[in-house]
Amino acid sequence: MPHDHALSAVPSRFGLKAALRRPAVVLSLLALAVLVVAVAFMTVGVKGNWEFALAFRGRKLLAICVVASAIAISTVIFQTIAGNRILTPSIMGFDALYALLQTSFVFFLGSARLASVDSRLLFAVETAAMLAFSLALYRWLFLGARRGLQVLLLVGVVFGLLFRGTMVLLQRIIDPNEFVVLQDRLFASFNGVAPDLLGIATLVIVAVSLVLWRLRGRLDVLLLGRDQAINLGLDYRRTVSLILILVSLQVCVATALVGPLNGFEPVSFFGLLVANVAYLLVPGFRHAHVLVGAALIGILLLAGGQLVLEQMLGFGSAVGIVTEFVGGILFIVMLLRGMAR
Amino acid sequence: MIEIEGLTKAYDGHVVVDGVSLTIPRGGLTGIIGPNGAGKSTLLGLIARLLAADRGTVAVDGLNVATTPGEELSRRLSVLKQDNSIAARLTVRDLVAFGRYPHSRGRLGEADQAMIGRALSYLGLEPIADRFLDELSGGQRQRAYVAMVLAQDTDYMLFDEPLASLDIRHAVSMMHLLRDASRRFGKAVVVVLHDIDIAGNFSDRIIGMKDGRVVCHGSAGEVMTGANLTAIYDIPISAHRLDGQFVTTYALPEGAAGA
Ligand SMILES: Nc1ncnc2c1ncn2[C@@H]1O[C@H](COP(=O)(O)OP(=O)(O)O)[C@@H](O)[C@H]1O
Ligand SMILES: [Mg+2]
Repeated sequence: MPHDHALSAVPSRFGLKAALRRPAVVLSLLALAVLVVAVAFMTVGVKGNWEFALAFRGRKLLAICVVASAIAISTVIFQTIAGNRILTPSIMGFDALYALLQTSFVFFLGSARLASVDSRLLFAVETAAMLAFSLALYRWLFLGARRGLQVLLLVGVVFGLLFRGTMVLLQRIIDPNEFVVLQDRLFASFNGVAPDLLGIATLVIVAVSLVLWRLRGRLDVLLLGRDQAINLGLDYRRTVSLILILVSLQVCVATALVGPLNGFEPVSFFGLLVANVAYLLVPGFRHAHVLVGAALIGILLLAGGQLVLEQMLGFGSAVGIVTEFVGGILFIVMLLRGMAR
Repeated sequence: MIEIEGLTKAYDGHVVVDGVSLTIPRGGLTGIIGPNGAGKSTLLGLIARLLAADRGTVAVDGLNVATTPGEELSRRLSVLKQDNSIAARLTVRDLVAFGRYPHSRGRLGEADQAMIGRALSYLGLEPIADRFLDELSGGQRQRAYVAMVLAQDTDYMLFDEPLASLDIRHAVSMMHLLRDASRRFGKAVVVVLHDIDIAGNFSDRIIGMKDGRVVCHGSAGEVMTGANLTAIYDIPISAHRLDGQFVTTYALPEGAAGA
């Protein structure tokens, strides 16, 4: 039979295809890739003092791992609850609020006084403000049993616009010298992460991830939507509230650690990109696999991107621009495909 | 037994389910009929705790659905809504396996696998068990959802228009299956149906709804009369018996082919 013949003619390709349908294989390959990139990240182009370079790069790599996995995990889970694959947590206005907070700090305190404030205090204030904002939004979630989430998202967009508008207004009237300081604070930077903040953020994000890991079975059920989740016995309100709090904690801490990764657009393209690549590469629907895959892909993209752009091409901190560009194209493609259907 | 007492639900002051009181026993298939907007889906949603009632109570085996833990209810009562969509890519087997969640909490044992296999075979889904839901026809997908509810294996099963996208062969075979389940295993199966003839021929009891109220409630023979159906649907309908089946006819305009 010609069909059988064709199969035996390319046994290795067939074997690879079958292997790539197994989550364990795909996740192992991703982990291996992350390992390779991590080693390269630590060693490529090191000159002079190795001890210093390793410590510096190690902190930077840890920050990248923490932030990338926090954004990857929170985006996947947010999309599970929202029941679509195009919305991300920052549509709730996180990024915009962070930018507004930074602008307000510089505007009202002045850069000189700001520099003298304990960075841990600032970090705590930023995280708390963003958390309070997201928790306030959840009250909207349960206004109507059915339209809750749509209302939440819409309100998030409106708040995002409001924050942006206020920020732009403040930036127009701010002293030009202060504006330069502000711009510096507003861009995602893994270089400037303070060691003590990194420790706290890592702890919080690891702890939150562990709790989310324990909820993975319930997250799978939530893929079926609200009504089926209730039918299968989930306490929908409680479960979703808890998960949304955990997700926003991750996003808030990650954002407060390095600044918004995506400029201040209402859509986080990095999260969008990572989550959708994970859906594509990781076989099956189980959060146990997709969450791990998404975190690994996020680290791979950010660390690999930094490595290539900074060390090899010498393009400073352009990684954000590249992920934005690719993610933005993906966003448009998804929108167009959604509309065509 | 499902006991419904003074159940009322309004949207923006517009009463959609209006003081409904009913008891639905175990064993036998109960059909719910009525025109669009009569409140059938809302009633089903209230019974299955998907919606919160403004007034009144629903008790399943004596357990108030508004206060009983969802986990406990999910092993007694299951529901399938009219429209279901999933963003994730699941296979038919993945979906049906979710029906075991209330019993297995995600760790499928041998008994769970056996039940999943049986549900797949009851609905003739074995050939497409490993296909993705988004690659199936509406009718195939509908059957997969029904298989999931069967796998949940509860004493009370509620279905909202499960025949909506099925051809006549699959519609009839699904009604046979649901009636069998209700009779042989003593389950209470409640089905919202838009086809009056199918409701008449497969239901043990029929509930007729209109404007949020129960207009008539009784055995199929009691409800399937011209007078009752005319009152429910507001157009002249006559019910006949032909070869032991209910056949309904309705007034045709002058000059139509059948007149
Ligand atoms: N979420 C909702 N918000 C406002 N009105 C609703 C909602 N759900 C149903 N209704 C209204 O309630 C009435 C009954 O709806 P439904 O129970 O779906 O009827 P049926 O299933 O009998 O066709 C309709 O008039 C419908 O417009
Ligand atoms: Mg309906």
